This record gives sequence, C-alpha cells and structure tokens, in this order.
Amino acid sequence: MLERAHILVCGGTGCTSGNSHKIAEEFERKLKEKGLDKEVKLIMTGCFGLCARGPIVVVYPEGAFYQHVKVEDVAEIVDEHIMKGRLVDRLLNAEKEEDGSYKAINDTDFYKSQKRVVLRNCGIINPENIDEYLAYDGYLAYQKAVTEMTPQGVIDTIKKSGLRGRGGGGFSTGMKWQFAHDSVSDKKYVVCNADEGDPGAFMDRSLLEGDPHAVIEAMMIAGYAIGADQGYIYVRAEYPIAVKRLEIAIDQAREYGILGKNAMGLGHGFDIELRLGAGAFVCGEETALLQSTEGKRGEPRQRPPFPAVKGLFGKPTLINNVETYGNITQIILNGAEWFASMGTEKSKGTKVFALGGKINNTGLVEIPMGTTLRTIIEDIGGGIPHGKKFKAAQTGGPSGGCIPASLIDTPIDYDNLIAIGSMMGSGGLIVMDEDNCMVDIAKFFLEFTVDESCGKCTPCRIGNKRLYEMLDKVTKGEGTMEDLDKMEQLCHYIKENSLCGLGQTAPNPVLSTLRYFRDEYVAHVKDKRCPAGVCKALVSFKVDAEKCIGCGLCKRGCPVNAITGEIKKPHYIDPAKCIKCGACIDHCPKKAISK
Amino acid sequence: MSNQFVETPRQKAEFDAALEELKTVPGPLMKALQKAQDIYGYLPEEVQIRIAETFDVPLEEIYGIATFYSQFNLNPRGQYKIGICLGTACYVKGSGDILEKFKTKLGILPGETTADRKFTLEATRCIGCCGLAPVLTVNDEVYGKVTPDDIDRILSKYNG
Repeated sequence: MLERAHILVCGGTGCTSGNSHKIAEEFERKLKEKGLDKEVKLIMTGCFGLCARGPIVVVYPEGAFYQHVKVEDVAEIVDEHIMKGRLVDRLLNAEKEEDGSYKAINDTDFYKSQKRVVLRNCGIINPENIDEYLAYDGYLAYQKAVTEMTPQGVIDTIKKSGLRGRGGGGFSTGMKWQFAHDSVSDKKYVVCNADEGDPGAFMDRSLLEGDPHAVIEAMMIAGYAIGADQGYIYVRAEYPIAVKRLEIAIDQAREYGILGKNAMGLGHGFDIELRLGAGAFVCGEETALLQSTEGKRGEPRQRPPFPAVKGLFGKPTLINNVETYGNITQIILNGAEWFASMGTEKSKGTKVFALGGKINNTGLVEIPMGTTLRTIIEDIGGGIPHGKKFKAAQTGGPSGGCIPASLIDTPIDYDNLIAIGSMMGSGGLIVMDEDNCMVDIAKFFLEFTVDESCGKCTPCRIGNKRLYEMLDKVTKGEGTMEDLDKMEQLCHYIKENSLCGLGQTAPNPVLSTLRYFRDEYVAHVKDKRCPAGVCKALVSFKVDAEKCIGCGLCKRGCPVNAITGEIKKPHYIDPAKCIKCGACIDHCPKKAISK
Repeated sequence: MSNQFVETPRQKAEFDAALEELKTVPGPLMKALQKAQDIYGYLPEEVQIRIAETFDVPLEEIYGIATFYSQFNLNPRGQYKIGICLGTACYVKGSGDILEKFKTKLGILPGETTADRKFTLEATRCIGCCGLAPVLTVNDEVYGKVTPDDIDRILSKYNG
C-alpha cells in the first residue's frame, strides 16, 4: 500500500543526543492511536546535516522542515499536520517564500547551495533497512561493474573521474587502485579508514550512520577491481551508532547473499569484518591503521613499501577513506565524465565539510569543489552568531591551518588550500570569531598532537613538545621575539624529519597562524597582551565605574569572592584574588566589566 | 590503590569462551583486550597475563598495546564516567572552563577517579555532536550546550 505521508526523524548522533529516538517512539505510538500507522510511514534516517537545529523532523510530501522538535510536540504535528493538513508554524524553519509560505527543506539557504552526491541518501533512507538502500539503486553499481566492466575498466573509470582521496592527502584514488591491482599476490585486502580523529570532523561518521551500504558496496567494487575477497572497516570506538549500523548492514548484506562467497551470484566473493579502534589519533594514518587492524600498537611504518605492495598482514592492501568510498558507486553508475564535470580543474566532485565553531548553522554540508569559503560561511552557514566578526576558518584539523578573513573568497580545493598554508584535511571546518585567540588555538592543536604522538620518531615526540613549551611561554607573556623565530625554525625541522603524516603536518597550525596572525603573537610577546582576551595570564578584569550600577550580581556570581563594593556604588575586582573565570561578565546586566 | 582482582565464575566463563573464539581470528590481541574490558571494566594484570599465554606472546606486548590506546584502562573506574569533550568545536565554545570547574568540584584531575569510586573524570576527544557544543557525557547520557552554571545540577543527578 502506498503511504500518503512520510515522517522522517533524524537518527544521527547530534539529534540522537537530543532524544530523537523518543520522538520517533512517540510518533509511532501516536500514529497507532489515531489509526494512521498504515497510511503514514515513519522512518528513522541518517543525519540531515543541520545539527544546530536538531532534533529534526521532516514531513513529506510537503517537505515541511520542523526543527528543535520535542517529544511534547509530536501530538501537535500528528493532530494538526497529519490529520488536518495544517503545518505547525511555530516549529518550522523560519525561512519563507515570496508568497509568505514556509520554504520546503530543499529550498532553504542551508540546502540550496549544496550538492549532495556522497550524502545523497543521508536523511532520506532508513540506514538499518537494506531494502531502502536497494530501492535507491543500491548494489546496482556493483552489478554493473562485475557484469559490464573488466577490473581494469573499473580502475580506468575511477582514474578518469579525477577522484582524489578524501581523507586529506588528496592522492589520486584511481592510481591507488591501479597500484593495488598491479601487485601480484595470493591474497589482497580492501580496507576502509573510518578512524575519523580530527577534532570537529564528523563527515565519515554521518555517512556511516546514514548510508552504510554505500561504503560496503564501494568496497565490494574495489575488491573486484584489485582482486581481493576480504575487506576490513576500521572504525573508531567513539562512534557507537556508526558501529551498530555497520554491523546491521553487514549482517543484512550477508543474509541477502550480497556479501559472501559468491556475491549476488556473480562469481566474485567478498566479505567484510569490522575492527574497532581504541582511542589513538595516529591510527588515522594509513600504516598505523594497518598495524592497529592487526591488533598491534598503532605505530606508523616506514613507507615504502607502500600498503599497495605490502600492507595488512604483509599482503597488498588498498586503503581508502569513508568519503572516498562514498563517491564510488555514483561514478560507476553515472560515469567518469559526470563526476569530472563537477569541481575545479584539479579537484573534481564534491567535498563534505563539518561546519563547527562560531557559526549559526553548525552541521554537515556537501558542496562542489571550488565553492568559496564565503559561500560556505555566509550563505550555507548562516554567518557568525551574535553579530560578531569572522576572524578565521580552520581546516584540516591538527594537520591544517587557519584561513584568515582576507582570504574568504578563495575557492576551496586541494591545491588552493595547500597554497595558502592549510590543507583540505578530512573536512572539519571550524569557524572562529574575534573572541578567539589564534595563539591559543595553535597551542590547543599542538597540545593535541603532543598528546597523540606515538613516540616512535624523535622529531615528532620531542620536537612538538618543545614547540608546545615555547607556545605556552608566549601565551603566558613570557615569550621573546627570538622565540618566535626559533619556533618557526623548529616547525620546519619537524615537518621535514618526522616519520609519518602526523608529525609532518603537526606544526601547520603554528606556521599558518604565525603567517597570518603574527601581530597577535607580537602583542603577546611585546605588549604582554592577548588581543582576544583569552590567554588567562594576560587578561585582567576591570569594572567600568561609569557603567556599573552597583547591583551586586557580579559579586554574588564570583566563585572566589574577589569582588567588593557597596550596593548602588561601583564595584571593584581584586586582581590578586580573581581567577579570570569570566563569571562576572556573564552576570553583569550593564556590560560594565571588561577584560 | 590496592586492587585485589576478583572475578565471578560467569565473567571467567564468558572471557574463556571469547578467547577460544579469537584463536582463529587473524590479529586478535586488540579484540581480546576490548572483550576483556567489556567484561571486567578494566584490564587487570591477571587478565593481561591470560591473554599473553593464550596467544603465546610476551606480556610486554600486551602491556604495550594496553598502554598505547587511551580507551584501555589499567585501573578500575568510577560508577559514573564524566567525559568533557575537548574537541575543537567544543573548545572554542568554552569546554575548557567546564573541565576546570569539574576539576575543582570533584577534586580530581582528568583520568582520575574519586576516592569513593563514584566519578571518573575524563577529557575526551571529539564525540562528533559538534552542533551541541560544548558537550559532556555522563556514561551514555549526553549533555549539550552546557554552561559552567549547569554543573551542580548535573552532578546532583548522580549524587543522590
């Protein structure tokens, strides 16, 4: 029977944290109570992308885009929208069409400029039901590859599409496949790198949660192309929902005879095993990931030999990132030309970014390569909250760099980002405003890398530690101008001499902030001042006696009793007692306290 | 802390069965440790020895793996594990201040457990719900858009 309406409830991690499961349960109960459960279909989908407005519920055929939905709102949506056809205005996205009606989900600013290739099924299908994936051309690409194409033909198509690795490196995917194909061995492996460790990046997680079969199918195609019958997906243990959905997807695919000895009866066998990480950032580096998949300490190996020659268990191994696999089925189905028609000259297709930090629409966006940072931040991202000024965007996580406001019109692709001292990375894009101190941000990333350095090679283990200490000095106002030069020198030394990608890129946040925000470093060193007011050692809190009305709220809010003053008279902060927590600023109704 | 290792017959049976099953799996050591931690909550020395003997590898290799990954614990942990996300998105939105407040409130540093084994404090990596930043978790419960003022309320939920 055909349903007259579909209710889609987001089951991504963001919305799940906002109780979307209870919302779905309530819908189910309510629909049953009204006898509507036969004519209205309830679907728990993957991530819609607009996490800032979650939990999200979308009702079709209207495409009504309900936001910040609570369990208590369910009854109203069912009673009004489903029963009477009247949309619940107060929960809708506020954007309107010219005629005053509310915009359907795909016409809103957030979605309008996006092009969803990798995320095509996220927020559309139920990822825990293989039939829904099959209904959206699922496993058709594999069928086409095996029945109509030779392994070399598949590889040529991938090469021609211009697809480059989405994990950050940007190496040609087709070439990688070719190398693994050309290695001669009795056994080969296909590995999926789902160890998405960059803080602030959640593209891979959303794809695994929203469309796990797309990754499985792509790995099967890769297996056919290079001649492998076993795949491994190495996924972070921090992603329980993704792990669960992958397990379900693998089980269902086995049950349908899609995974297994004779996949879909087409003569090529393939199976997949999941391996869970245990919290080590370095395992995102491909050789470390292979070590960890073998159950060992995740220390990188020297390259060459490259994994395509000697990888997992010493056998030729193809290893790609989740998002890279996410493109494969579409390239096979629609052709290399179609894919190559999107993007810039050397960066084809789309890229998924996780927008985070000081931006209104935090969430997941997929854009054609070559879209400018301005479009992402101002149009799709909805700008910076509280009318603050955009200062910088950080891409590439701890391996990347900061893009200053002056370069906001740079078209985003692999080569442009490298040229301006950052990198594509896996796709985390953190927006910073005037309240963020760039020295502090550099220190934050370096603290992360120091903590996650595996310790195998000296430049990374000790070099980054020394670099961190110098940065720490600067943030405490104890740095010298000579330190800045030394830091730069050390950065280059670490980059050139580290064993793996982690060490080779670790100094990037420092180098890029030194390049674009040197004046902030100088302010810390020469003026002993943190312009953004973040570095605690360098800020002091003051009450503006003219603005202070003596209400005493700051005094009550201070956790260490550092504030004195009589009612209706200007108050005073004792700098010796003040711990610079900022509670007084939050409590002051007159904005009389500054730092 | 003196940790007398005791296991229930059920834990032992479950773990023995898991080890037996892993004997045919290539590269089983991490899986064995993960299973052990699921069953015992941490990785007692006795259990590490058992894994080493089962797979005929030196104990130092097991210890090397157990100490390499941040999710493996060599000591028992508290009843409630409080994880403050220090991912970039949370950090720029002030999760550092939230961690500071928990440190003062509980009197322990990240990675430590309170003397009554009630709370373990952890600074965690990005848990991926950056839209809700700053985020903290107590066991499996996620709290989003947390401010330092919410902390007493959150703690009181578990202190009853």
